[in-house]
Parts: sequence; C-alpha cells; structure tokens
Amino acid sequence: MAVSRALRQPLSLRVTSAAFLTLWCLIAAFPIFWITVMSVKLPLDAFASSPWEVLFGPATLAAGKGLTLLDIAASLGLLWATAWVAMRHVPLWVARFTPPNVIALGWLVAAAVLGLGFVLMGFVILPPILIWINSALGLPAVLGLTTQHYRAVWVENAFWHNFLNSMKVTLGVTAISLTVGTLAGYALARSGSKLAFWILIIALVFRALPHSVLVTGYLPLFINSAVLLRPILGDAAPTLYGQPLAVIAVLVAINQPFTIWMLRSFFHNIPADLDEAARVDGCTHFQAFRWVIMPVMWPGVITTGLFSFLLGYNDYLVTSLLLDASNQTMVPAIAGFFNRETTMTDQVEAIAAAVSITAPLFLLVMVFQRQIVSGLTAGAVKG
Amino acid sequence: MKFKTFAAFVAPSVLMMLIFIAVPLLLVFGESFYRTSPVMEVVEFESCTPGFGTQTCKTDTKISPALDAAGKVVLQTDFVGIENYADVVEPQKFWTDLKALDWAQLMDIDFWRALRFTLTFTFITLPLVLGLGLALALAVNNLTRSLRGPVIFITLLPFIITPVIGALSIRWLFVGEGILTRALEALSGTDIAMFAQSWTIELLMMFYRVWSSAPFAFVIFYAGLQGVNQDAVEAAMIDGASRWQRLRFVVIPYLMPLIVFVALIHLMDAYRVFDEVVGLRTQGHVISLQYLTYDFLMPDDAGNRSVSRAAASSMLTMIGIVILLIPMLRRTWADQKGRA
Repeated sequence: MAVSRALRQPLSLRVTSAAFLTLWCLIAAFPIFWITVMSVKLPLDAFASSPWEVLFGPATLAAGKGLTLLDIAASLGLLWATAWVAMRHVPLWVARFTPPNVIALGWLVAAAVLGLGFVLMGFVILPPILIWINSALGLPAVLGLTTQHYRAVWVENAFWHNFLNSMKVTLGVTAISLTVGTLAGYALARSGSKLAFWILIIALVFRALPHSVLVTGYLPLFINSAVLLRPILGDAAPTLYGQPLAVIAVLVAINQPFTIWMLRSFFHNIPADLDEAARVDGCTHFQAFRWVIMPVMWPGVITTGLFSFLLGYNDYLVTSLLLDASNQTMVPAIAGFFNRETTMTDQVEAIAAAVSITAPLFLLVMVFQRQIVSGLTAGAVKG
Repeated sequence: MKFKTFAAFVAPSVLMMLIFIAVPLLLVFGESFYRTSPVMEVVEFESCTPGFGTQTCKTDTKISPALDAAGKVVLQTDFVGIENYADVVEPQKFWTDLKALDWAQLMDIDFWRALRFTLTFTFITLPLVLGLGLALALAVNNLTRSLRGPVIFITLLPFIITPVIGALSIRWLFVGEGILTRALEALSGTDIAMFAQSWTIELLMMFYRVWSSAPFAFVIFYAGLQGVNQDAVEAAMIDGASRWQRLRFVVIPYLMPLIVFVALIHLMDAYRVFDEVVGLRTQGHVISLQYLTYDFLMPDDAGNRSVSRAAASSMLTMIGIVILLIPMLRRTWADQKGRA
C-alpha cells in the first residue's frame, strides 16, 4: 500500500523510531546472543572480565580450540543458508509436496528435516572437510571456540534422553490440543446459544487459574492412582505419577481455554455460508467441518498450534512436579545442571544446555514467523 | 446448529476441562479443610542403666507414629476447618504486626510477602508491557517492508524463549561479576551486587517480564494495526488532527478491544509469576504466590509434601485472581452478550 504524501512522516520521527527499534533489537537479542557465545568458550574465557575476551576467547584459542577465517566463513554461510531455506523455500515446499489435509504433518517433517540437516552439516560433514582444507593451507586459528560443553551435555549427561521426552510431551500436547480444540472452536463459533456463551466465560476463568492450583489437585491422586483405580481397572491400574501421557492430558486441559478462544475467532472469520453450501450439497455437520472448513483453516491451526507447542515445550511447573527422573523433560532437567553448578565447567555446561533448549525454538520461529503474523492478522485479532 | 451436534463437537474439550480443571479444583477446595497426618500413639518403654548389682530401671512414655502390620506409618485424615488457611495466613501475627505498623515483621510471613510482591509485580509490569508493545508495533509499522521480517523475528525471540531459560540467561548476565553488572559498575563507579538485596532482584524480575511479554503485545497490536481504516485516518487529518491526535483518537480506539485482550492475558500471566523465581533463583529474597504453593508441594527433607497447606494457599491464590479479573470479566461478558 502506497503511503500518501500527506501521511508521510517528518525525518525526525523516522529517525527516532528507527533508533528505538535498533535499541530494542539489541536488548531483545543480547541475552540470547551472549549465552550462546559463553557456551562455546572454555570457562576461563566465558567468565573473563573483559567482554572482548569472552567474544574472542584467547584462552580457548591457546588450548588449541579455535576457528580459522575459513571456518568462520563456512559457519556463517551455513547459518545464512539455513535461515534462507527456512524462510523462503520451506513454506513453498510444504505447500507443493504435502496434500492439503495433512499439511501440519508436512510442516513438522520439514522442520525436523531442516533441524537434522543443520546438525548433520554443521557437526558431521563440514568439520572434517574444513580441518583437511585448513591443514592443507596452513591457516591459523583466530577465534576461540569449542563444542566440548555441548558434547558433555548431550552425550555424557544423556541430554538427548530428556530431549526425546520433551518432544513426546510437546508433540502430544500440540496434536491433542488441536484435534479437541478445533472441534470445540468450530461448534462455539457457529452456535449462538446460551450454553456456548457460558462455556466460553467459564473457559476464560479457567485460563486464569494458576497452574499450581491444579497440580495441587493432581499430585495426591496421581501418586496414589494405582490404589484408587484398582476397584475399576483391577491390577492393570497404573500409577499416573511420572507418566508422560498423564502430563500430556494435564497440559492439554490447561491449554484448552486459550485454544478454543483462539480457534473460535478464526472460525468466526470463515463465512457460515460455506458450511451451509456444503450442507445443502448433502454433507453432515462433521463432513462440512472436515472437508470444507478445515482446509481453509490452516493459518489458524498453525498459529494456535504454535502457541500449544510453546506451552508444552516451555512448561516447568507441571513437568517438574508430575514427572519422575526417568521421564524428565529438558526444562526441569536443566535444574539438575544448575544445582550442581559448583565448578566453572558445570556452569558453562548449564549454559550450553540452556542454549540447546533454545535452538529448536529459534528454528521454529524462523520457519513459522510469517504464518504467525499473517495468521493473527487474518484471524484472531478481528474476533 | 442443533443441540445434539453442538454437544458432540464440544464434548471432548469440555470433558477434558471438567476432568482436569474443574474436578481438581473441587478436590483442592475440599482438601484445604482436611489434614492428613500420621497417627500418634503413646509407647511405653523401659530403660535401664547398667549398674553393679542393682540395675535401676524406669518406665518412660514417648509419642511416636503408629506402625501397621507392614511397618508403614498409619495415616489419618481429619477435618480441621480453616486451620490450614490459618497456617498459611497466620492471622494472629498479621494483626499484631499490623497494629504495631511493623512492616518488616509483617513481611516475615511468607504469604503476605508473596502477595505483596505478586501484586506489585503485576501492576507495575502491566502498563510497561502495553506501552512497549504499542510503541514497537507503531515503529515496526513505520519500517520499510523489507526490514520488517528480520525485525519481527528478533522481536519475537524473547517471547518464544523458554521462560526459565530466559530468566536464567538474564541471571548469567548479572550474577556475581556478570558482564552487565561490570558494565553498570563501570558506568556508575560504585560496587554493584544485583542479587544481594530484594529491590534490585525485583527490578530484574520485572525487567525480564517486560522483555519477554512485550513481544506478545507487539504481535497482537501489529496485526491489529494492519486493519486500521486508512480513510478514517485521512479524514481525521483533513479535519486538522495532528499526528498525536490521530493516534489518540483514531488508532487507539480502534485497537481498544485488543488492548483489553492483551491486558487480560497479561494480568492472568503476571499474577502467576513463577518461572522468574526459579530461573533467577530469587527464593531467598523474593517469592510469589504460585511459588509458595509450589514450595509446599515439593517434598521437604523428610520426603513429605504438605498438600493441605498447598491446597489452602492455592485456594487463596485463586480467590486473588478472581477478584482481579472481575472488572475484565464483566467487560468480556457484555461484549459477548452484545454479539450473541
């Protein structure tokens, strides 16, 4: 949209606004950038008193762990290529290669492939090639960098185990939330009844409940569930405490109020004529919903799904109280790292674990950023 | 839509909310009036002091937990009325301290300390988040199109990052001789310890919350700005409205429903502040209401969880948020009524 001449802004305002945004971007990115830098340095550098030493890592370099200019160029190139592919190509590929009714699956596969590709390129394929070229050309290392803390976290401390648990919980929460939520959201958007109104208001009150209130209710039940359920289920009665499935159910319920409100407003923006046309053609309500409405709902489903993903992935309170050590997800597991934070190496390892948790989210936003903004613009915000 | 179809569509969602939200809520409400404790019994035992010829023996009694046949502690659950609440709120100490106007003593009671912090935190961060979110949305909306993508991406980072991790990363920047503490020391020329007194800790927690919540407000407002009617803006300009007046009287009223929505969500989220306490590890100085419940629920050194007290404190927490939300709920109520 072209801005008319009269609406154009004076230079002073544009400069102020640009300066404000620059400052904000610095503040927004700095903590994440800084912990990433710290996580690839030896403790001596990571906690050095001069910021330059943290950035360039002389002690790490002296220990023989460094990057040459070629390495730096290659890693920047890899980062740039990943970002480029994520933002430009992935949406197109997904649109082209996945049938419209399993598009969410397509996105998942695409994100997983992209993440895996990045890890493979960065940690398996590129390093030996670069080492070979560097030694052939005799390039000197200029920037201290080590991945030893990541190796310690992922391999020695079996963090991959927690990663898998996190994925189990998060994907379960997202999938079930969306299935249950779209059904309810659709009905709530299409029905003007008193009951629908009351369900929405009560859901809003439920959204406000502190999660600790709910966990207080579950905890005694979950710990004793084997005894409590025996009369009904016999000896097959499970102890729910520590079960990922139980946690998934809890998180889905906690997430339901937000999900149905959000999806309802997306459904509101799809004209009701569309279902009526389908109904006239002989569809049942469910068929109309499944084959006519859902295919045009994907922006809403993706946006809402992303919020569900964040809730499941980021949760600390519920997972730390309801899961035992063997099923622990990543976020509570990091508590284990910082409780042991006695030596400097432990601290840097905790930082490396923190960065590892952030990386998948980073990727996720890269891929979905456009969908979030356009999704919100198209739907939720108008309802 | 017929009632039957409506019910079939809504059933799974409503059922989940009933089982996992409504039922636990009722259970917690019930639980808060009961207390489970080990059955105590008086045991007689004889102790003898070794002596030459005459052993002096005497019989003593002591109170110890009763054991059942399997050697487990026998538990019993009693109705204790509002005793659990009294344990949390400590009304007697509260009144004596209040009468003596002894603020420091009053803040010794965990519950009142947590309540004071939670409310301060909620109401200070609310306007900051709304203001920063709106400012960001307006500024990004001014930007040339090609720059918007990257700026939105960076802006969303604090929002998507796991709260505990976000708080931890802020902690690592400030803790001990962290990089930013050193920068502040260089700027002010004084010795600074951010984690030594509660007001700096609270400042950091609020900073963290604004940092991580403003992007959400931003996305919503930015999406809303895309729908502002340009004709209305131009009409206002022809009528001689200045830039500020156009913002104040055309754009903001248009965004009002969104501002209310973001405020509502922020009230709910800020009131249950918890991740900051864990991530910044402030429990020694500052705790929040939700942390108080969490603390009761975590097993103590002997492995016991004080579920009854947790129930009482979580009921009190819930009453607080309902009171805070009543004005907002009434507004949403009227909105939805008007639409239906």
